[in-house]
Amino acid sequence: MHYLTIKNNQPVLVKEIPVVSYMAFLILNTGMVSESTARHCVNYFGYKEGNAIKLICCIADDTDHQIYVSSCLVETGNPYHSFSAKQLCFEKFEREIHENFGIDYSDHPWLKPVRFSHDRFDKNKEIAGYPFYSIDSEELHEVGVGPIHAGVIEPGHFRFICNGEQILHLEIQLGYQHRGIEKLFLDVKSLKEKATLSENIAGDTVVGHATAFAHTWESLCNFQTTPDIDFSRTIALELERIAIHTGDLSALCTDIAYQLGSAVFGRLRTPIVNFMQEWCGNRLSKGFIRPGLNRFPVTRELADRLLEVLDTFEPDFTEMNVELSNLPSALSRFERTGVVSTEDAITIGVVGMAARSSGLKRDVRNSHPYSMYPRLNHEPVVKHHGDVYSRVQIRREEVFQSIKHIRELLKEIPEVSPSERDNLLNPGTNLFTLSLVEGWRGEICHAAITGPEGELLHYKIKDPSFHNWMALALAVRNNEISDFPICNKSFNLSYCGHDL
Amino acid sequence: MYNNLKILYHQGKQFIPDVTTAKVPGIFRGRPVISLVKVDESRLQATCPTHAISANPVSIDLGKCTFCGECAMAFPDKIQFTTDYKISTNEREGLIVKEGDDQPIAINPEKVRKEIHSLFGRSLKLRQVSAGGDNSCEWELNAANNVQFDMGRFGIEFVASPRHADGIVITGPITENMAEPLQICYDATPDPKLIVLVGTDAISGGLFSGSPALNRSFLDRYPVDLYIPGNPAHPLTVINGLLDLTRRSF
Repeated sequence: MHYLTIKNNQPVLVKEIPVVSYMAFLILNTGMVSESTARHCVNYFGYKEGNAIKLICCIADDTDHQIYVSSCLVETGNPYHSFSAKQLCFEKFEREIHENFGIDYSDHPWLKPVRFSHDRFDKNKEIAGYPFYSIDSEELHEVGVGPIHAGVIEPGHFRFICNGEQILHLEIQLGYQHRGIEKLFLDVKSLKEKATLSENIAGDTVVGHATAFAHTWESLCNFQTTPDIDFSRTIALELERIAIHTGDLSALCTDIAYQLGSAVFGRLRTPIVNFMQEWCGNRLSKGFIRPGLNRFPVTRELADRLLEVLDTFEPDFTEMNVELSNLPSALSRFERTGVVSTEDAITIGVVGMAARSSGLKRDVRNSHPYSMYPRLNHEPVVKHHGDVYSRVQIRREEVFQSIKHIRELLKEIPEVSPSERDNLLNPGTNLFTLSLVEGWRGEICHAAITGPEGELLHYKIKDPSFHNWMALALAVRNNEISDFPICNKSFNLSYCGHDL
Repeated sequence: MYNNLKILYHQGKQFIPDVTTAKVPGIFRGRPVISLVKVDESRLQATCPTHAISANPVSIDLGKCTFCGECAMAFPDKIQFTTDYKISTNEREGLIVKEGDDQPIAINPEKVRKEIHSLFGRSLKLRQVSAGGDNSCEWELNAANNVQFDMGRFGIEFVASPRHADGIVITGPITENMAEPLQICYDATPDPKLIVLVGTDAISGGLFSGSPALNRSFLDRYPVDLYIPGNPAHPLTVINGLLDLTRRSF
C-alpha cells in the first residue's frame, strides 16, 4: 500500500505513513482525485525533516468517510513535475510549498507566491512586486482594488481585466494579513496560549477554528471528549452558522441597495450574537472552546432561553426571506450572476457552502462526522445553479436547518462530566493527526505532527477560503464589474484565515 | 407595500436610546476589578495566555488582555470582570488596572488636543485600516453602524477614502505586509488627523506580539489619540470611546 487510511481525528504514528517515490506520490494522489468526484485534497503541505522536505498529502473521500494519507521526501534544486498540471485543485498547495521551501516545478501553470510569509524561501520576492497576469491590448483596461478596500473589511489586492463593463479576468493577491500563526503554534508553550491563538485565526469563525484545534489536541493526547463537551460545541457551531449567514444575507441586500433587507437581516444577527455573549461572555464566542473542557455547560435554563431566542428569530427571518424571494428586482440581480459550474467546482476542489451551491454534496458534518453530528444524521443542503442566488438559498435553508438541529439537540441535555484536563498536557510522541470541522464557510482542516518529546513539530491550518478564493475569481468572469460586490459577498471568504 | 409595512411593524424599535447608559445582556467581560485578597501571584500570572498580568501589585494591562476570563475563573476571589464596557482611554497607562482600584477608565482631558473638540466634536469621518486584524474587530466596527447601535446619529462614520477622513482606525497587530499600505493611507489623510487603535492586537500586538511577521514601527512614529481595548472591542466600547474623545464638553 502506498497510502494510509485514517478517519477524522484519528492519530497515527508518523512512521506509519508510507513514504513513496515522488512519481508514485504524484500518480497516486492525482489519480485518486481524478477517479472520483467525491474525493478532494483536504491538505497538502511540507515540513523540514533533516535536510529534506517531507510532503504529506491528505485526500478525503466524501462517500466512504476515509482520509488517504501518503508522503514523500523531496529536495530543493531539481524541478519536479507538478500535481497541478494533471489536477488543478492542487495548484494553491504547490504554490505554497514552492514559496515556503523553494521546491521548483517544471510544469506548474501559475507558480506565484501565495502569502509572502515572513519565513519564505526567497526573500527577494516582495508583496509590492506581485507578478499580476496582464493582457497587452489597447481595448482592455485594468482595475486595481486594494489592499485597503472601501469598506471596513480586511485587506487584499484584486486586479480586474475588463472589456468595457465586462470582467474578462480577475486575479486575487493575498498575504497582507499574514501574522505567522502556524509558527506561533510551535513557539508558544502553554496549551492556553495555543487555544487562544486558535480563536484568533479568523474572528468570524471562532467556534469553527477553536473546535478544530481542540479536536486536534485532544486526538494527540488520546483524550475522549465527554457528551456534554460535544453538545456545547455542536450548538455553538450551529449558532455561529446562523449568525454569519444572517449577517451575510444583510450584506448581500446592502450590495443590491435593498435597504429593508439590509436593515432587517442586519438586526436579526444581533439576538444570536448577543445570546453567545449571554452564554460565554463574548459576542463572537472567544474564550468559549478549550481542549478537554466545557467552560460554559448548557443548563436547562440556558436551553430555554435559547429556544426563546430562536422562537422570536424564526418568524421575522422567515417573513423577510419570503419578501426577498418574491422581489423581482432582487432576484434579477442574484439569479445567473456569479456562476460557478459544477465542473469548475470539481476541478478547483471547492468546499463548503460554495461547493454545495454548485451541486456538490460536500459537507464534513455528513462525510466525516464528529461531535453530535452522527446522531443528527445531518443531510447537506445542495443547490445546482452555482449562482449568487444559489448561495443566498443555501444560507437561508442552512439557517433553518441549524435551528432544527439545535431544537433537536436541546430536547435532551447531557449531564456535565467532571473535567480531567491533566491528560491534555502530554501529547503523544511522533504522531500525525488531522481534524476536519465544517465551519459556516466550509471545511476547516487542522493537522499536527509531534516530535519525540510530544512537542509540536509542525502545525498546519487550512481555512476553506484557501480553496474557494479561486471560485470567486472564476465566478466573476463575463459578469459586469458592478456585480463584483454581490459575487464577493455571496462567498464572504476569509483573508486572515487564508493568510495565517 | 402592505408586506413591507408589516415587516417594519414586526421589527419594532431596535435602536438603543442611550448608548452611554445601556446595559449589556448576560455575562460580559468588561473592566476587571482586582481585590486585595492575597493569592499565589506567580500561579495567577501563569493563567494568563497573553502575559497581561503583573505581580506586586497585581495588575492587568487591558492593552494586552484578550478578555478570555481564565484568571477570573481560576481566582474568583481575586479578579472579577464587571459589565463596565467604557474602557477606552487616551493614555496607554490608563489601561492598566491595579489591585484595589475600582475606578472608571476615562479620557484624560489634559491630553486631548484642542482641535479635536472644535473640529471633530460634531462630525468625525474615519478611514479604517485592518492591518492583520482577524475580522472580529472589523465585524464589531460594522456593527457599531447597524440599526441597534447606530453610531451615525452622532456624526461618526467610516468613509471609503483617506482623503475624506479625519483620522484612521487601526485594527490588527500591524503585519509586515500591511506596514507600507498603512503608511500610505495615513499620509493621504489630511491634517489634523486622529489615530485610534481598536482591539488588543492593535494596542499591544496581543498574542502576536512576538511574531516576526509584524512591523509595528508605525506606532513609534506617531502619537495615538485613543485606545479602545477588547477582543474584539464591543460596539458600545467603540462608540463611547469616540464620543468621550470628541465631544465638546465632558
